[in-house]
Amino acid sequence: MGLALAFYWVPDAPLEGFRQRIFYIHVPVALTAYACFGWAAWKALRLLWVRNDRYDLESYTAVHMGVIFGILTLVTGSIWARTSWGVWWSWGERQLVLFLVLFLFYSAYFMLRYSVEPGPRRARMSAVYALFGVVLIPVSFLAIRLAEGLIHPVVFDRDVGSNLAGSQLLTFVICFAGTLALAASLYVNELTGKRVDERLRELREALS
Amino acid sequence: MNYLADVGALARKDLRLELRSRDTFLSMVLFVVATLVVFSFSLPAGTEEEAAYGLLWVALLFTAILGLTRAFAAEREQRVLDGLILAPCDRSAIWLGKAIAVVAFLALAEVVALPAFALFFEPLTWELVAAVVLADLGLAAVGTLLAAMAAASRARELLLPLLLLPLAIPIVVGGVGASISDDPGRFLGFLALYDVIFAILSWASFEYVVTE
Repeated sequence: MGLALAFYWVPDAPLEGFRQRIFYIHVPVALTAYACFGWAAWKALRLLWVRNDRYDLESYTAVHMGVIFGILTLVTGSIWARTSWGVWWSWGERQLVLFLVLFLFYSAYFMLRYSVEPGPRRARMSAVYALFGVVLIPVSFLAIRLAEGLIHPVVFDRDVGSNLAGSQLLTFVICFAGTLALAASLYVNELTGKRVDERLRELREALS
Repeated sequence: MNYLADVGALARKDLRLELRSRDTFLSMVLFVVATLVVFSFSLPAGTEEEAAYGLLWVALLFTAILGLTRAFAAEREQRVLDGLILAPCDRSAIWLGKAIAVVAFLALAEVVALPAFALFFEPLTWELVAAVVLADLGLAAVGTLLAAMAAASRARELLLPLLLLPLAIPIVVGGVGASISDDPGRFLGFLALYDVIFAILSWASFEYVVTE
């Protein structure tokens, strides 16, 4: 984890332009959140397919990570919006609006998990919901694109990713890899913790 | 054929129950009309007509949620769902039958709501009606599945709006777009796409949600 952080912070320094720097945090974090949600949906699909309860915890942990990175995306995106346009929130920023929708959606995932009795049925319900989430991502993206023309006729064309120079691209890739590694290590960490928790509970029940 | 007969029987069961008690349908109609009246007071005088369309969609969405929270009430209270799962029919037939009943309730409520909207605010257009029909299908498809999930949880009625609202945002976007945009075809197409995607997904996954 420390290694990941080191990789993540060091290449940030030599960049020109203070404002653009957050791009190297914001975009990898956003992509990592997508990766987490995708991973959660993949595990959910495996759960429904193979019916192995092991995948439930994995899917849950992945959603957990995805929400953490999603909140980070909202925060960094908000800071970016403040520095670029002088407002903390802009409904014209597609990615941020999408993340707000996803954040609401996956918060409901936690509500669902906490209010259903643990067991195979809860595992399958969460899995179905996680699958809905990954389908919702492209659908809401399309919806937000459609709505944008409606509410804001002005199109913000700030597609920075398409015209990166070589050194910037390298930094970006390293940042992305670092964030992914950070997410992966957090995921493994959390998963081990949750497994130990569960094992402990089983043992305690067996004892009593 | 057998599958369709199951679906038809299940949908008829819900509609007949509703015809006898009438509580869900009447509360939906009253709710949507009351909401429209509240909205007419909350709109400042002289606001654009577009705001009224937006509010109509909010009213329709909340009415659908109101109806959906009651969708599995009878099943839960009388423990019908256990019996239905044991019945020798495909589980997705339960979903389809229930979704058809929900669409029927929504359509009945809107038969009252849309003329009321035309009376209070703006005249109806065919785009609006088409968008409402497509939105009903999407809401019923997703809502039936989520209502089955919520019925199994402790929070019950509280949980359904939380689960459904983020998923319903694309429907609102499509519906509002189709009502006010100059090019409603794009938005109607989007609504149809949403319906197809989520109907298939809900149809395929319903079995996992209801079985123990």
